[in-house]
Amino acid sequence: MSNSDTLKTTAITNIHRELGARMAAFAGYDMPISYAGINEEHACVREKVGLFDVSHMGEFIVRGKQALDLVQAISSNDASKLIIGQAQYSCIPNDEGGIVDDFLVYRLDEDQCSEGEQAFMLVVNASNIEKDWNWIQSKNKYDCRMINISDQTGLLALQGPLATKVLQPITRVNLEEMKYYHFAKGTVAGIENVLISATGYTGSGGYELYVQNDQLKALWEAIMTAGEEHGITPIGLGARDTLRLEMGFCLYGNDINDTTSPIEAGLGWITKTKKDHFPSIEIFRKQRAEGISRKLVGFIMEDRRVPRHGYKIENADGEIIGEVTSGTQAPSLDKPIGMGYVQKAFAKEGTNLIISVGKKKLAATVVKPPFYKK
Amino acid sequence: MNYPKELKYTAEHEWIRMESDNIAVVGITDFAQSELGDLVYVEVETVGETLAKDEVFGTVEAVKTTSDLFMPLSGKVTAFNSELDESEGDNPTLINNEPYEGGWIVKIEISDPLELEGLMDAETYEASLS
Repeated sequence: MSNSDTLKTTAITNIHRELGARMAAFAGYDMPISYAGINEEHACVREKVGLFDVSHMGEFIVRGKQALDLVQAISSNDASKLIIGQAQYSCIPNDEGGIVDDFLVYRLDEDQCSEGEQAFMLVVNASNIEKDWNWIQSKNKYDCRMINISDQTGLLALQGPLATKVLQPITRVNLEEMKYYHFAKGTVAGIENVLISATGYTGSGGYELYVQNDQLKALWEAIMTAGEEHGITPIGLGARDTLRLEMGFCLYGNDINDTTSPIEAGLGWITKTKKDHFPSIEIFRKQRAEGISRKLVGFIMEDRRVPRHGYKIENADGEIIGEVTSGTQAPSLDKPIGMGYVQKAFAKEGTNLIISVGKKKLAATVVKPPFYKK
Repeated sequence: MNYPKELKYTAEHEWIRMESDNIAVVGITDFAQSELGDLVYVEVETVGETLAKDEVFGTVEAVKTTSDLFMPLSGKVTAFNSELDESEGDNPTLINNEPYEGGWIVKIEISDPLELEGLMDAETYEASLS
């Protein structure tokens, strides 16, 4: 059992406890892992709608005349393409060709800026808040003002095909017109200054809502009430993981880390090596030009056993050719699935792999994610 | 959570019911199934084998975790619950739904009855959880 005394809490941890959630430590926070059970919660997001408290995530605000320059100097994706009200998935490369973190870049309205300034919000993984902050500070040669608003900011994810039906009746922000990876500030159920973002990490659509912590409880309750007729249920981090893994989305600390390249991880699409500069850009250019030696692949088990982080991957001759980074029983497929790095020669779709668990040798086949297709 | 008085328990969260003088029925506790969450597969490939106390006799897969199953007592594994077995009932959620009844996992013909003295009663087990 976790020692909840030393853990941070979100502003609505007591609600999760009252709902009977199974709680556990995650990235230093006491977080709900599941309420009704991972399979049931997972199905609810895929088929209807669910609400997650993901307030552990970190948020930084960056403002200044050269705020874009700072973001460009740390981010592998091209933030110059963002218009106000648009967000972008990206990663923060380190100097050795690895990844400090994956994150979201929001180009904010400039209403709180002085003349000629830009503003961004960077949303980072909870486990990396301090590391990212120090890293970005060390790159701030652009006289930007940075504020860490993580401890004052709550974040709810409303995910699933019925998310718009739940949220639209309680806000005037036009959600039908909000495109994927766009956002707007507005009032939700009388709560002002909610940043509504058409983003999420489940593959089932929906919104993420950023709000001041003192309004988090009211927002949670308003959405749960509005969602009642649509069968909304609270969703824990357990189902968040099965949902993202069915989509083949990377989890920092599992599938990507300080030693994995975004090119190897299949994140080439957010690695814009035509940009002028960011850390490790030369390494990534070289990897693009000359190829990489290993690749993150998805695989489906032929066996009933479930692959787990750290299991070795072998070829037919019993030689170790890689390692599992994430694995789960996929609720939508009712089959075990996983991701892992393998030598490039074994990365092709349809390749037979052996997952090794102690003495057991389990058959698996490389597939191209997403595992779950609507 | 429920810990029937007539059962014995181990620190590995297994329960033991003596069906006769030397046949022990073994399963996992209500606490264990709740910690594991939805079970998706139970593997026992040791039927017919004689194993020492604390040796691994099987594995349970939940959505999020894998957990080995340990022999609570030395002896021979004589049966695996066919309702859980993938080639028969294939219904591992029985362990979630009725951990002490339909969700029993194996039967063991015990070889050293003195080992029974080392098991916990319900009260001691429940106290060990807090």
